[in-house]
Amino acid sequence: MITGLFWAFSGIAILAALLCITRKSPVASALWLVVTLFALAGDYVLLDAQFIAVLQVLVYAGAIMVLFLFVIMLLNLGRSGTRTDIKGWMGRVLAAALGTALVLELLPLRDLGPPEQIRIPAGTLATLAETKGAVGMIAEPLFKAYLVPFEITSLLLLAAVIGAVVLAKRKL
Amino acid sequence: MISGVVLDLSNILGVLIALRPEIIITLAALAVTVLAAWRHKTVDDRQTAAWVTIIALAVAQGSVGFLWYQGYHPFGVSPMVTVDYFRLASATIILLGALLTVLLSLSYVERERLWAPEYYALLLLAVAGMLFMAAGSDLVTIFLGLELMSVSVYVLAGINRRSQHSAEAALKYFLLGAFASAFLLYGIALTYGATGTTNLLLINFQVQSLALQSNVMLLLGLGLLLVGFGFKVAAVPFHMWAPDVYDGAPTPVTAFMAAGVKAAGFAALARVLLTAFISVAPVWQEALWWLAAVTMIAGNLVALAQRNIKRMLAYSSIAHAGYLLAALAPGTVVGAAALLFYGLAYTLMTLGAFTVLAGAGRDGERTLKVDDLAGLAERRPWVAAALTVFLLSLLGFPGTAGFMGKWYILQAIVDARQITLAVVLVAASVISAGYYLPIIMAMYMKPAPSADSHAGVQVVGAARWVLGVTAILLVLFGVWPNAAMNLAQRGGSDLRPIRAPSAQEEHQH
Repeated sequence: MITGLFWAFSGIAILAALLCITRKSPVASALWLVVTLFALAGDYVLLDAQFIAVLQVLVYAGAIMVLFLFVIMLLNLGRSGTRTDIKGWMGRVLAAALGTALVLELLPLRDLGPPEQIRIPAGTLATLAETKGAVGMIAEPLFKAYLVPFEITSLLLLAAVIGAVVLAKRKL
Repeated sequence: MISGVVLDLSNILGVLIALRPEIIITLAALAVTVLAAWRHKTVDDRQTAAWVTIIALAVAQGSVGFLWYQGYHPFGVSPMVTVDYFRLASATIILLGALLTVLLSLSYVERERLWAPEYYALLLLAVAGMLFMAAGSDLVTIFLGLELMSVSVYVLAGINRRSQHSAEAALKYFLLGAFASAFLLYGIALTYGATGTTNLLLINFQVQSLALQSNVMLLLGLGLLLVGFGFKVAAVPFHMWAPDVYDGAPTPVTAFMAAGVKAAGFAALARVLLTAFISVAPVWQEALWWLAAVTMIAGNLVALAQRNIKRMLAYSSIAHAGYLLAALAPGTVVGAAALLFYGLAYTLMTLGAFTVLAGAGRDGERTLKVDDLAGLAERRPWVAAALTVFLLSLLGFPGTAGFMGKWYILQAIVDARQITLAVVLVAASVISAGYYLPIIMAMYMKPAPSADSHAGVQVVGAARWVLGVTAILLVLFGVWPNAAMNLAQRGGSDLRPIRAPSAQEEHQH
């Protein structure tokens, strides 16, 4: 049942991702991206990561997608005509070959999987969530073991914000 | 063997001590950002931002020196960041490169009207990212440091908003950089899948205890990591973004990219390969061998065909990535030391050369050709002399730091019995004479085309200091490399993983 749900969610995610990059209208692309994000949230729930799933829906499918749509509508990108950025059949063939190579790369990995010794026994995360709470399970490592990477991430966002303003502001 | 203060890096206080240079740079970046928002209209305001940056870099270098002098070492396995001589030596190269870049920018920014004081804030943020890359003992920290550096440098490449080429450089760098990051991330994910950890030392521990030496997932992860780093350090065949980006970006930013970004990339690559993947060394040694050989040959051959000096220097910097990869290919501690020494020499000579370029190329140095420098020695003897030192050093002429650097790299390669690679390196250097020497010949042997040619060559203020200091240091390290080499050796020797040497490593020594 879990495996069936996993394939269902994953299939929807991949299909929606494909539709997202092939639609001509940016609004349609953005809406298909929402579907992808929701399907991934479903996968997170199956991994016993309910809190991450909720955040995924709230932050990505909610807040960030609203920003996307705002920008698309403010810049009036609604009707872009028939122009496409994928140039010629050479580009398509090359992209298809590269994509196929990456997918084929997954095949040997499917049979291998991680070594037995490092696999976490099934249900570990569920037990952890019961003792520490779904939020505590994330928060504790985030602010203890991963404090330095967490702070670097905040710097990264600052750099991105400053950079966006410097490049986009009409008059400095 | 280890002396000095032992630091517990699983404790937040220990981390705060170890990360002092990074914290200083970060605080300065915040200060410059606030300053830029508050005052940014006049020349003085921009100079203030620059001087805050310079002071911050100097103070950070001071704290790096303090950490080195105290001999701080981590206790056991460092979780996220580590403190050792290798990190501090890399940090010194990065901070020196950044300091010279700021000094070079002072007059350039005014001349080219790049009136955004955020320039300095982004530069500092990029330096913070580079320092985290050098300090990271976990793939997560290294990746985030790399992203922080990259995002800042994408913007710096496009900071000249009036130039179409600058915008093109920024967009190209951004797209291919994001592509490279995806490879790197995929590699990290597969490595995590195979070993269950992202900590460099623990990866090696798992590889040995679970006997993962021929695990497909681990090797695929290693391959993708190499591709990702290959993009970042612009190694052939992952170099296609570099010429256009180096060419289009403002010259000080190009110098910063050629020196700092490359140094940080190599520091992280060396640490990842020599600590996490030392048990599968034969695999990546083979890969690095080919990468190094192809990069050296292709970089130099294409540089030979360039008439435009900025583009020529861009290809020359690709070729130098090849020399640095060659230092890493033997996978030995000696090679890591040679990497550090050559990294220092390369930072000095490339920054010096770009400083001359920035000064000589009034109204767009992109169009500066070799013949435009004809007769420079007559009109501006000191600038010509300095450029001669930089070019000879880039070529690897005896008496310059570039020669000593290449000598140490050759020594490391020959020690590991990779004679063919040594031959390739020497041959590549000979090829490179074909494009460095004509510039020197043009400056000294050809007459100036007209009376007022070179009147536009302006190397003023701080840029003059950059020229003097880099030229003197290059000659100094060329004739008396011992002090710098000793520091590099201490740095390199720190990359030994904690474990008993296996048969493989015995074989190499």
